[in-house]
Amino acid sequence: MAVHTIRFEPDDRYNAFLNVCANPIHGEGKLAGIAIAVKDNISTQGIETTCASKILKGYVPPYDAHAVGLIKNAGAAIAGKTNMDEFGMGTSTENSAFGPTLNPCDTGRVPGGSSGGSAAAVAAGMVRMALGTDTGGSIRCPAAFCGIVGLKPTYGRVSRYGLIAYANSLETIGPMAKNVADVSLLMSVIAGHDRRDSTSYDRPYSHTPSAKIDGLRIGIPKEYFGAGVDHEVAAVVKRAIGRLEELGAKTVPCSIPSMEYALAAYYVICTSEASSNLARFDGVRYGPAADTKKSWHAAYQDVRKQGFGPEVRRRIMLGTFALSSGYYGKYYAKAQVARENVRKDFARLFTDVDVICGPTMPTIAFRLGEKSDPLSMYLSDILTVPVNLGGIPAISVPCGKVQGMPVGLQIMGRPFEDERVVDVAYAYEQAVKS
Amino acid sequence: MIDADIIVGLEVHCQLDTKSKLFCGCSTDYRDDGPNTHVCPVCLGLPGTMPALNRRAIEYAMRVAKALNCTVIPESEFSRKNYFYPDLDKAYQITQYDKPLAEGGYVEIEGDDGKERKIPLTRIHVEEDPGRLVHMGNAERGRYSLVDYNRAGIPLIEIVSEPEMRSPKEARKFLNKLRATLEYLGVFDSEKEGSLRVDANISLRGSERVEIKNITSYKGVEKGLTFEVTRQKNLIRRGLTVERETRHYLEARGITQSARSKELENDYRYFPEPDLRPLRVQSWVKDIVLPELPDARRERFVAQYSCSLNHARTLTGELKMANFFEAVVADDYKGICSLAATWIADTLAGELNYRDMGIDAVDPQQFGGLLVLLKSGTITDKSGIEVLRVMLDEQLKGETVEAPETIVARLNLAKTAGDDGALLAAVKEVITGNPKAVEDYRAGKNGALNFLVGQTMKKTRGRADPGELNRIMVAALRDAEQ
Repeated sequence: MAVHTIRFEPDDRYNAFLNVCANPIHGEGKLAGIAIAVKDNISTQGIETTCASKILKGYVPPYDAHAVGLIKNAGAAIAGKTNMDEFGMGTSTENSAFGPTLNPCDTGRVPGGSSGGSAAAVAAGMVRMALGTDTGGSIRCPAAFCGIVGLKPTYGRVSRYGLIAYANSLETIGPMAKNVADVSLLMSVIAGHDRRDSTSYDRPYSHTPSAKIDGLRIGIPKEYFGAGVDHEVAAVVKRAIGRLEELGAKTVPCSIPSMEYALAAYYVICTSEASSNLARFDGVRYGPAADTKKSWHAAYQDVRKQGFGPEVRRRIMLGTFALSSGYYGKYYAKAQVARENVRKDFARLFTDVDVICGPTMPTIAFRLGEKSDPLSMYLSDILTVPVNLGGIPAISVPCGKVQGMPVGLQIMGRPFEDERVVDVAYAYEQAVKS
Repeated sequence: MIDADIIVGLEVHCQLDTKSKLFCGCSTDYRDDGPNTHVCPVCLGLPGTMPALNRRAIEYAMRVAKALNCTVIPESEFSRKNYFYPDLDKAYQITQYDKPLAEGGYVEIEGDDGKERKIPLTRIHVEEDPGRLVHMGNAERGRYSLVDYNRAGIPLIEIVSEPEMRSPKEARKFLNKLRATLEYLGVFDSEKEGSLRVDANISLRGSERVEIKNITSYKGVEKGLTFEVTRQKNLIRRGLTVERETRHYLEARGITQSARSKELENDYRYFPEPDLRPLRVQSWVKDIVLPELPDARRERFVAQYSCSLNHARTLTGELKMANFFEAVVADDYKGICSLAATWIADTLAGELNYRDMGIDAVDPQQFGGLLVLLKSGTITDKSGIEVLRVMLDEQLKGETVEAPETIVARLNLAKTAGDDGALLAAVKEVITGNPKAVEDYRAGKNGALNFLVGQTMKKTRGRADPGELNRIMVAALRDAEQ
């Protein structure tokens, strides 16, 4: 295959990139010559991959994540690695060890997170597409805050092999771009079975977006417009749903009662899994080396204390606690019950409706430093985490502005109906464009 | 104190002899290679890697489950056992916790009372082996340690027994039987270094339970437990209490030593491995065709070759020995099979053990040739042993092993016939040369005849038939008197 080189010299005034590849090579294919930014928790052979953490500074993976291999084979050029909340833990990209990313729409505000660097790189026009990851909203939130499109695929539809795990049972790699067609195009390259990921399914995605949504039934859960959701945001999203009705869709009021416990369950599960996943960062094999003059446990303590940021340490401690003997039944096991209830609610709703719509985020992008209290930051995930607990696909598409800042319309679908949520987003996008 | 007061349970970890590791494609054949040469991103636990289950390992474990009459669980799952240690690449071990592959079952052994007994099993599960630390210097004062991940990810099967063994000897028998069964199933190679690790629980009735960790040899299990029995009995005799604790077995010294208490404080925080799907493999059980297992083969040896029960037990206790026996008697078993049983189970096993050789070093046809010489009366048992030793030493030195007939001819070991003048001459020489012994014999001292016979044997280098020599000696002494 012919190998070409492109020049990539973005004006990165938003700190979207942690690492820029100035002269990336590319081959032929569907994505030939397209510069694609890759979130820094996705392994890229020969390119430093840090998860925006000091503990992985200097780590250069010897292998490509499955999704990265696929986009390279499709001719894409890897433009660089994008900033994020450390290990994906955050909703603002302020938790990066290498400084926050700024929102291109208003540099006084956060781009959302944790895939804030990918969203900002796309929003600012530095790249046409980016790969993000979504554990509790990490693709959809920054897409909404930066005014771009982001798809969180069905769990198992895109291989996680090479995605540096934060919360394995919740997270997935997904596409981000300025428009739905590009998101769909990138999805068509990265979806499909990978035998190295035992949780991946043989459900490839080869779809061309269609704007026809005649007769579509849309569920409108009251929880997505209730307490905690900014009323201006709610109003913009309701208008957008009105647009879908004009296109022939029908709306059905509904409720997701399990949402009451969804956020708590989400934080128990993700911190539990994280406490185990992040235990391997010990300075023995990669990253800043442990001090070999000390005993191994003292050296581990040093490496981990110095290497992890405060939010990561907080979540490791929370998860370690939740899994401890005597507490497992109280927290982890209960969280699994709550998760099952979310799944059941979705399954029940999806017998009556084809998709569920609501705002992606309860507010517009916050100001830098605004959410200094971790709990208030966690609460902003309330509308995105049910999707991860349910393993279902969801897309965020720009649907208007509040105070000059973008608002995202979130469209959730049945498992493996990623095509349908793409179509609904596409229908909306085409309708407002014309 | 009688043995019924000893309660022993074992947790046996065996490496499954698959070609590739449990969760990646790396080769398991690492023993002759340098450190960290059989590794990949997965078994190094590099960030972002995921386990992909080797179904062959599960199939192997299910053969074991079926052979040991266990119940395979409809849906089992893998869990993470979280703890920090430099040899543990991911800082968790993927193992099975509350949903193991199989439960129940038993191992049948000959109890200390000579009766067959079923030792019940608790469970069988599959897990990955961690890497290995190499301490430069000793563990306490070494300057540093190096980590070798070649072993990381080798599939292990853990077999947990109920505490139903009554002595260290029974524990050894349990282990031997288990080894034989796993070898017959073709899933385990006991000769590979480090392929077996045992944790043993032992308590004296009424006292606390002590766990002995990390015994790595078959003998070590019996030795370590015997040491513990003595230690615990001594404590009780002195009015002290046995503490509930974990102890390490020190192979070189054959003793156990208290583990630092810190190691007991681990909270492993088990939870289901989110990167693997639950295992639903119960339906495979019916498709597993088991080979002939040790018990069945033992009974067949008794029936088909008229072996004694003890010989049959020894011969079938190791797959290679059983195969060797059948290869030796293959041609004309009616002729030599009883000789073969004795010579293989007793003589050959001892000689091999002495030389630290495996039985596969011996050519069954040559060995059969030796038995034919014994059977036909061409050589005596004593000469037979000498021929065997020559054969084994030649093998050990890497020389061409001579045919038994050649060795007999070269060393002039053919049995001396009774009418052979040479034998009579030797007898006469001994009588002449040992007047004191002859005198003692005539005085009725019992040992004197044995001494004279022994001296003659020495002269003829064991070629004489002992019964015949005895007769000739008595006659010669009578002649000499007249």
